[in-house]
Amino acid sequence: MTKVLTDARSIRIKGRSFLAVVLSPDLPFDDWLARLDDLASRSAGFFLGRPVVLDVTDLPIDRAQLKDLVGELAKRNVTIMGVEGARPSILGPGMPPALKGGRPVSDDAVAKEPIIELHNAPAKPVVESRPAPQSIIIREPVRSGQSVIFPEGDVTVIGSVASGAEIIAGGSIHIYGTLRGRAMAGSVGNAAARIFCRKLEAELLAIDGIYKMAEDMAPDLRGRSVQLWLEGESIMAEKLI
Amino acid sequence: MGKVIVVTSGKGGVGKTTSSAALGAALAQRGEKVVVVDFDVGLRNLDLVMGAERRVVYDLVNVIQGEAKLTQALIRDKRLETLFLLPASQTRDKDALTPEGVELVMAELKRVFDWVICDSPAGIERGATLAMRHADMAVVVTNPEVSSVRDSDRIIGLLDSKTLKAERGERMEKHLLLTRYDPNRAERGDMLKVEDVLEILSIPLIGIIPESMDVLRASNIGAPVTLADARSAPAMAYFDAARRLAGEVLPITIPGEKRGLFGKIFGRRAA
Ligand SMILES: Nc1ncnc2c1ncn2[C@@H]1O[C@H](COP(=O)(O)OP(=O)(O)OP(=O)(O)O)[C@@H](O)[C@H]1O
Ligand SMILES: [Mg+2]
Repeated sequence: MTKVLTDARSIRIKGRSFLAVVLSPDLPFDDWLARLDDLASRSAGFFLGRPVVLDVTDLPIDRAQLKDLVGELAKRNVTIMGVEGARPSILGPGMPPALKGGRPVSDDAVAKEPIIELHNAPAKPVVESRPAPQSIIIREPVRSGQSVIFPEGDVTVIGSVASGAEIIAGGSIHIYGTLRGRAMAGSVGNAAARIFCRKLEAELLAIDGIYKMAEDMAPDLRGRSVQLWLEGESIMAEKLI
Repeated sequence: MGKVIVVTSGKGGVGKTTSSAALGAALAQRGEKVVVVDFDVGLRNLDLVMGAERRVVYDLVNVIQGEAKLTQALIRDKRLETLFLLPASQTRDKDALTPEGVELVMAELKRVFDWVICDSPAGIERGATLAMRHADMAVVVTNPEVSSVRDSDRIIGLLDSKTLKAERGERMEKHLLLTRYDPNRAERGDMLKVEDVLEILSIPLIGIIPESMDVLRASNIGAPVTLADARSAPAMAYFDAARRLAGEVLPITIPGEKRGLFGKIFGRRAA
């Protein structure tokens, strides 16, 4: 489990890869970096301990430009765990590995380009060989600005999850308290994951990458004891008594 | 060894400085030796609220940078001989506070005083994290409105992770001080209810300070409200809060409500 202090604004949920923060830079990189610096200065701990994926899909850049960008980000203490949407030819030795949807591209897709990890890359949040189901129990309230990230399995919170806090679980999420922040279950691709809470006041709910914002939720669920699950591409909800 | 208390909030302007001075003066009136330390480098305020602005020669930054001894920077209150102020610098930048320097100053203050009260700047940056770093307990100052409550929640998270106590795996004692509580607005439903704030923050309450002109009057004459007008409603609420800080158990009443319906709230689980 990693319990790190981050700013909730930093999360951009993209497809099914929201376990990591996905940064989608645009050209010119100088301008983009300036905006990033501005955002980072307004939000302490923006990237703290958080895996970051760089999405360069459709950017007409060469290897040198990408290398510069990765270097600029490293100067800002942003460690890139992988690059998404890059042509294999611009990656390779000394560069972060290619990723797809937050998961490494299968070896044969980049067979000729050896994947080299940054030696200081953060612990891989991607579960490759999944061990027996695991769970953790948090015995205190999760405070605004805190993230509980547990890709290995279920998260149970005995207490409330504050507005501006988030729980990201590979499995299901159980909140014995009020859920005011964000809950993202099944975050490494598990459509069977569910979210349970004693009192629903959530800002955002997601299961396997499908998400619902506060305003999309049926008003009669607010303040109620609720369970949520996925049916196809929609989140279903039901009151628990 | 004295106890170090940080008075903190995240959000600005909620009453940290007012509360630091009022609690400091209340504890000092019990005969205990108290120092109130201003961590708001660059925006110092505590000297004004305590009526010592014309007596500041050296400050916290001078001490940290070795330009003055601690005894030279400490200002004794003119009215209460057990109350002291360690002012902040108005001209220096926050970066002048180094973790090592703060550690030395805190260690020395703890040896001399019964209570070391640290008035934190707003925000969650360096000044605020340094102010809380050495605390044994925290007073989280919150106004009954949504943004203040959310910022306090964030600060509680920092108290549980960024302080020495937390890093040693010990539990930081946290107390909620609800300030600027307006009974008329509460009546109209324009403010968060006390119960709701407690439900969200789930830390024990040590007092509810009413919104009052007495606070402004006190700061205009440069005295903590517990010295300026000890019989006023905010002063009495601060006196009770100070007693609770010192470990006494007293019932809490909501300003403007006669019934003591507080049993269930006061008996709440501490976080
Ligand atoms: N109970 C009260 N009733 C009326 N006014 C109050 C009360 N408490 C504080 N104030 C006023 O609110 C203003 C802000 O108070 P104070 O300076 O104590 O806040 P602060 O949290 O220290 O602010 P900062 O974050 O800027 O350091 C001051 O003008 C003060 O007089
Ligand atoms: Mg202040």
